[in-house]
Amino acid sequence: MSSDGGKGDLLLTMRGLRIEGQSDEEWHEIVKGVDLDLHRGEVLGLIGESGAGKSTIGLAAMGFARPGCRISAGEIVFDGVDLMKASESTKRKLRGVRIAYVAQSAAASFNPAHRLIDQFSEGPVEHGVSGRAEAESDARELYGKLLLPDPDRIGYRYPHQVSGGQLQRAMTAMAMACRPDLIIFDEPTTALDVTTQIEVLATIKNIVEEFDTAAIYITHDLAVVAQMADRIKVLRFGETVEEADTATMMTSPQQEYTKTLWAVRSFKKEPIPAKSKEPLVSVKNVTAAYGAVPVLHDVSFDIYRGKTVAVVGESGSGKSTTARVITGLLPPREGQVLVNGEPLPGDYRHRTKAQLRHAQMIYQMADTAVNPKQRIREIIGRPVSFYLGLSGRRLEERIRELLSLIELEPDKFIDRFPGELSGGQKQRICIARALAAEPEFIICDEVTSALDQIVAEGILRLLDRLQRELDLAYMFITHDLATVRAISDEVVVMLKGRIVEQGPREEMFTPPHHEYTDLLLSSVPEMDPHWLDDLMERRRRDGMMASTSTS
Amino acid sequence: MSDQDNITAQTADAVAPPPPRKRGVRDALRALAKAPLSAKFGLVVIVFYVFVAVFAPVLTPFGESEIVAAEYELWGTEVEHTDAEGRTQTVTLMFGTDNLGRDMLTRLLYGARNTIGIAFVTTCIAFLLGGVGGILAATVGGWTDQILSRIVDILMAIPALIFALLLLTIFGTSVLSLVLVIAVLDSTRVFRLARAVSLNVVVMDFVEAARLRGEGLSWITLREILPNIMPPLVAEFGLRFCFVFLTIASLSFLGLGLQPPTADWGSMVRDNATLITYGDITPLLPAGAIALLTVGVNFVVDWFLHKTSGLRDEQ
Repeated sequence: MSSDGGKGDLLLTMRGLRIEGQSDEEWHEIVKGVDLDLHRGEVLGLIGESGAGKSTIGLAAMGFARPGCRISAGEIVFDGVDLMKASESTKRKLRGVRIAYVAQSAAASFNPAHRLIDQFSEGPVEHGVSGRAEAESDARELYGKLLLPDPDRIGYRYPHQVSGGQLQRAMTAMAMACRPDLIIFDEPTTALDVTTQIEVLATIKNIVEEFDTAAIYITHDLAVVAQMADRIKVLRFGETVEEADTATMMTSPQQEYTKTLWAVRSFKKEPIPAKSKEPLVSVKNVTAAYGAVPVLHDVSFDIYRGKTVAVVGESGSGKSTTARVITGLLPPREGQVLVNGEPLPGDYRHRTKAQLRHAQMIYQMADTAVNPKQRIREIIGRPVSFYLGLSGRRLEERIRELLSLIELEPDKFIDRFPGELSGGQKQRICIARALAAEPEFIICDEVTSALDQIVAEGILRLLDRLQRELDLAYMFITHDLATVRAISDEVVVMLKGRIVEQGPREEMFTPPHHEYTDLLLSSVPEMDPHWLDDLMERRRRDGMMASTSTS
Repeated sequence: MSDQDNITAQTADAVAPPPPRKRGVRDALRALAKAPLSAKFGLVVIVFYVFVAVFAPVLTPFGESEIVAAEYELWGTEVEHTDAEGRTQTVTLMFGTDNLGRDMLTRLLYGARNTIGIAFVTTCIAFLLGGVGGILAATVGGWTDQILSRIVDILMAIPALIFALLLLTIFGTSVLSLVLVIAVLDSTRVFRLARAVSLNVVVMDFVEAARLRGEGLSWITLREILPNIMPPLVAEFGLRFCFVFLTIASLSFLGLGLQPPTADWGSMVRDNATLITYGDITPLLPAGAIALLTVGVNFVVDWFLHKTSGLRDEQ
């Protein structure tokens, strides 16, 4: 350890940390003996799938355990203070002043009833670090550093009056308010669009470097952690798998599990030769609105049998609304949807059973897409009996067949409730429910974005296999360009309710692009640790940063 | 090449699936054994009341409104009793007699029968009306929701007890009209609750999926929504039941509830109220019976809510 003005000194150590969580009135170990060292000014990336114990360890760094959890053993020392033995008031003096926390969902973490700057000032004033006026001028300065538009006045807005990316930056500013020694970032960009994510990442990285703050950066996105962290720690099932500095970790991972994590996103679909010239589904000049608010303008595209059309765009671009028009939940103002050349009634209530059967939907959140009070047998069996009229032994056989099709063992799963399945398994059940109707066309609305990368890859492979076997057409709504690259045949890029570009995948991923497509494509994080710096440099040169940060 | 990858993808997917839980009688008993003391106490009270209500005729030799001795006999008075077959025996009147010389204990036992039975039927009707209305309003929305909600608003705008008194004066104080009036008035609260919790479920994707499948209203309400709103409704049933029999007791106390000679805790308090002046606590017995049941039901509902809502005490 060097002693040059504190830089490089050990700031936080954890030894043999064990944390237990309570479920069904029994204690289960979530974190099983993790050691962690963090030096001043260092950024440590914690990565792993959901359930690996990342967030729990992050909170433990503040000496805090969520309700229903307890730190059962181990040692947490922050700058000489043993947090396990420290009193609640000692810990309170540390939290917010010397250790700060940035949560995943800034929208849920801000109090909607107070202005941003009031919430910013609360910490420093409460802890006696600075006065109210001082805190406010500091806020303005930090807002400026974090490239928020109009830093002098944005603080006087309420949380709902700024965008998600801006809110996340305002929260980072808040964490910086007392100039803490350590900030814990818990998936700060997971809920954001790619183009927004870039800005937040860049500003977080800059400000952490500028104030020489140590940080624990929790994420499940490898490409993101490669940009942010000096050192990476891979976790699985509450245990450390591997730990090394970023460059070593990216180039030569040692453990098998780390290698599989790194190898993810290797999937790429083999193109299927086109079988028919006639489009299965065509959306023709659709214009739609919610009440008086127009959301879609003159949207047209075709989907062919056995092909996948990926619809890409940021949130609010009209991707999901397009799906709602096709399914009939939102009748279009103008234009129509044709299936096999026949126009569909705009409202789903006027469609026939056969018309409903041919277009099925798979949702983003598998948790809310299946009824938690129904067994798998009923969830999958209902469309079979409803559309195809099967019952008794034939129904049972069909359910088992469908379960085998989605690679779940029928005997093990048929009598379970959705609560007894993992996220990926639930999504498979949703796929089976869609298949049960024997459709020609499936709309997949962000089906992998709530899943871990390895699990998501499994789902993509399954969908691809089913497409080959059953000759299905997919409309794949996503904001993740890696997914688009993996599964699409055709790509439709949407922006503010309009289609800005569409064409075959190869064409879309080779320049020249539409300006917006270019922005989208260049915003997808790559595994190269220097990628973010290089990109920012390039954009600064091109003057693009200015135009995106105000949008 | 992809075979190898497929395996990793699948194993990752199969990671830590929570073990399937068997929900059987043994599980229920285990949950019961783990229940806090208050819940066990509440359960014992409820079971005892139900037992008493069902077996009232067996537990006492006297009829519901049979005069057995002089008025206001003291506790522990002994009387000669001749039953239907002509055998005569000496019976101790544990709680003495009431203002007409009827056995207080017998009246209490039959009171449980009448009060609990009528309250139970009333609560069921209130839930049928309010529950169906609430779920429909939430599922169908639009004008149906508007009309039902406004009717409920109007009913709720008038103080319930005064409204009940008014209606009972108009329709007369038969058991049927008593049950219907209280059921309708209480169904407004059930409606509000059922509508509110259904609204949370109606927006879920699985309801949308059912609609897009072309399912009818009955499937959506009964199979998709109802199972998901059961816990709050069951808890509300317990509380509503308490309120209903408190309302019946108050109405009886005011003379518009169950009519003599039917034994009823509310009117028993009123009939014997004068005894309080002489330091006799007999009129407090029916009042205590009401209080005990209310407390017992509340304890059980509390525990049930705690179990189903996943709330944890922070330690």
